[in-house]
Amino acid sequence: MTNSLNLWLIPLLPLIGAAINGLLGKKFSRQTVVSVALAFCGAAFAMALFVAARFSSLTLPHIESVAPWIRVGSFQVDFAFYLDQLSIVMLLVVTGVGFLIHIYSVGYMWEEGGFYRFFAYLNLFMFFMLTLVLASNYLLMFIGWEGVGLASYLLIGFWFTKDSAASAGKKAFIVNRIGDFGFLIALFLLIKHFGSLNFAEVFQSIAPLPPEAAAGTLTAIGLLLMLGACGKSAQIPLYIWLPDAMEGPTPVSALIHAATMVTAGVYMVSRSHVIFDRAPSALAVVAIIGTLTAFFAATIGICQTDIKKVLAYSTVSQLGYMFMACGVGAFSMGVFHLMTHAFFKGLLFLAAGSVIHAVGGEQDMRKMGGLRTKIPWTFWTMTAATFAIAGFPPFAGFFSKDAILWQAYSSPYGSWVYWLIGVITAFLTSFYMFRQWFLTFFGEYRGEAEHEHDAHGTGHDSSSHGHGGIHESPKVMLVPLVILAVLSVIGGWIGSERFGGFLAPVFHFALPAAASGHSEPALSEGVLTVISVLVALLGFGLAWLLYYRRPQLPKQIAQALGSFYDAVLNKYYVDEIYATLFVKPLVDGSTRILWHGVDQNVIDAGLNGSADGAREVSDTVRHMQSGNLRSYAGWIAAGAAVVIAYMIWMGTR
Amino acid sequence: MHLILFLGFGAVCVAGAVNLLVQRHPINSALSLVVVMGALAGEYLLLGAEFLAAVQVIVYAGAIMVLFVFVIMLLNAGVEERTKGSRIALLFGVPGMLIGSVLVAWVLLTHSNTGEVAVGALPGPPKVIAQLLFHEFLLPFEVTSVLVLIAIMGAVVLASKPGPIPPGKKEE
Amino acid sequence: MVPLSYYLLLGGILFACGVTGFLIKRNIISIFLSIELMLNGVNLSFVAFAAQWHALSGQVFVFFVMVVAAAEATVGLAIIIAVFRTRETLNVDQVNLLKL
Repeated sequence: MTNSLNLWLIPLLPLIGAAINGLLGKKFSRQTVVSVALAFCGAAFAMALFVAARFSSLTLPHIESVAPWIRVGSFQVDFAFYLDQLSIVMLLVVTGVGFLIHIYSVGYMWEEGGFYRFFAYLNLFMFFMLTLVLASNYLLMFIGWEGVGLASYLLIGFWFTKDSAASAGKKAFIVNRIGDFGFLIALFLLIKHFGSLNFAEVFQSIAPLPPEAAAGTLTAIGLLLMLGACGKSAQIPLYIWLPDAMEGPTPVSALIHAATMVTAGVYMVSRSHVIFDRAPSALAVVAIIGTLTAFFAATIGICQTDIKKVLAYSTVSQLGYMFMACGVGAFSMGVFHLMTHAFFKGLLFLAAGSVIHAVGGEQDMRKMGGLRTKIPWTFWTMTAATFAIAGFPPFAGFFSKDAILWQAYSSPYGSWVYWLIGVITAFLTSFYMFRQWFLTFFGEYRGEAEHEHDAHGTGHDSSSHGHGGIHESPKVMLVPLVILAVLSVIGGWIGSERFGGFLAPVFHFALPAAASGHSEPALSEGVLTVISVLVALLGFGLAWLLYYRRPQLPKQIAQALGSFYDAVLNKYYVDEIYATLFVKPLVDGSTRILWHGVDQNVIDAGLNGSADGAREVSDTVRHMQSGNLRSYAGWIAAGAAVVIAYMIWMGTR
Repeated sequence: MHLILFLGFGAVCVAGAVNLLVQRHPINSALSLVVVMGALAGEYLLLGAEFLAAVQVIVYAGAIMVLFVFVIMLLNAGVEERTKGSRIALLFGVPGMLIGSVLVAWVLLTHSNTGEVAVGALPGPPKVIAQLLFHEFLLPFEVTSVLVLIAIMGAVVLASKPGPIPPGKKEE
Repeated sequence: MVPLSYYLLLGGILFACGVTGFLIKRNIISIFLSIELMLNGVNLSFVAFAAQWHALSGQVFVFFVMVVAAAEATVGLAIIIAVFRTRETLNVDQVNLLKL
């Protein structure tokens, strides 16, 4: 730690912005709110760039301890920040994409109520996310972890007067909490077995340990950490909150549910790679969950009709890819895909927001179409993003996704099964993304925004827009789109080898001798790459056929598939299954046992009962106060007789 | 001899007490009580408490009972009429008292190994009593004198006719 | 030589008569008289015990009992007079304004 970089400033600046906007923003004009929010977020971005510029001169990992926090015996946790290659990548992604989305939100939310509240929450989210990324110990990371969950709840339920939005916010928070429970238990296990939560100390302690053959402490910790990641990064079985989270404003979906918060799980797993490397069973679970989720979400995505829901399921699917990468030991490839995904998925959401803004609030793709000529800027940026996510070279997604698929196939922890499912998922990804592309931008316009429309207002402003007709978004919204489009194109050109090499020192604790008995991969990387591109083209072709050439085909296919199609359309009824299995028994049990049984029958009854009992006793006793002197005399005599008898009895014993 | 005297005075006591219960007019009960007190004075004499016997007659029978008779005559208390009594008193009090007294009597007669008392067993002339009164029992003595003073004041206040309300106090 | 228990028995009888009168009498002054009877019974027990133990403090105690009885009778009768003034009756059953 030669000279201090004042890392603590990076999370603090957005917090100040959140405080100013949150406490005073009601009185500010919109311009002031915007200036404050953008200034502080931009300052954080600038500091991140400054740190990046100084990066090569630092000894890594660079740890800055700001203040002591918990000192109990030998257990010590400080407010400390940790900088290494992984952190700098995350830092730049979070601050950069975050700043662009802040700029975009200015235009998107301009006519909404609660303007200052939105930017306060956005800045608050930035604070927590930066804390998570820069934390030097698991406890500070957990604070950021919980905090982004909180910010997510606040932002999803931004239009809280709408029932579905409020419920979606609650759902997100509660499902996240389930994951957090696993994370917490993992923290407890870490404290118990390694006596510390600081990254440096924990990793030093774990490094000399051999990989566990059977399930042991490290496997338990790994599985519990993965549970936390499943909650935060929306993997099976805790992905259900992400599609509902689309109730929030589109910039929120872009920032939190595409670029940053959901990637916190991947970051955490990568950061804890030392643990996972020595727990092969946990690593396998990670890979299996990632692969299954990727495939599962992709199958749901192909039937969705809401433009944002398609992107939501796509996010779940792409996160599955990242976990697949981590699960086969290719953590740096997972992070690479994280970076490119932030670019193109963020861009996809922002462009979708632009489309929604253009058609006056409509989100159903079946009512769109032919927008290509009317909103060209949005069209071209979204095209770039769609090609990127589908994995066409030379766009960004191709490099990262291909690297993951290759690692899934060839890594000592990988297997051709992961690769095959990954390839099928890539096909589905390409298919549903281009389906969305064709439905939205090509063909005839099927909606109503051309005429003076009445407010549909599903999600966007519900007041009358007053613009009339389909129009391009203002420049403040388009500039971030363009920047992200450029990044989507060139973002992968750094190449997976160079990226992996950059991150290599982080993962150098890694991989002790791999599992023996793994033979040389049969196919070479080149062949696999060609297969990936072919699959992407196949998806494009099928989408072109079904949604451009013969638009009546999809309906026929859907009818032919009958109930299977219905199941997929209804997300395999997962929400309903959860409701029956978990939610309803919990609510019923809570109502019957805790509310009726304990609260009403025990606590209330006890209280009322004691009051009633006191009343009854006094009712009985008051008859003694009859005012009748002689009854008093009678009682006195009787009492005296009792006392005398007692004394005699005592005397004669 | 001692026993005969004791039984004689005792019979008079008990007769007076029962008469007090039986009589309907309070003045008759008061006079029965005077008889009881006189007989009790005789008992005290038998036990050798001469001073106390004298005090009993002078103070108790001569002052307190006179006070009672004065009040009875002042209030013109008549024969008490039969009104509804208290069930509690009949139900609890009388049996309780009966049981209590039977118990006490039984204990006294069978279990108590008290000895016998001779005639005039109590020692000393009144001088010794006075010495006790003014040495060990000085504090109770002074306190009871204050008590009597308070009783006098209380009786005067309580029994006096309510006077005319001073002007200006009616609005309070 | 009379056994002490006879004296105590006599005192007990007097006391019992007093309690009975206290319970069954309706005239308030009669009730007071019964109370005085009770006190006399107790006085006899005190003196009897004092005679047995040859302790003069028993006598002195009776002395104090008499003083207190006097004070109590005085105040009690004053109260009766005051009550009679308002209620015009000496029947204890009709002095029941304290009932709930």
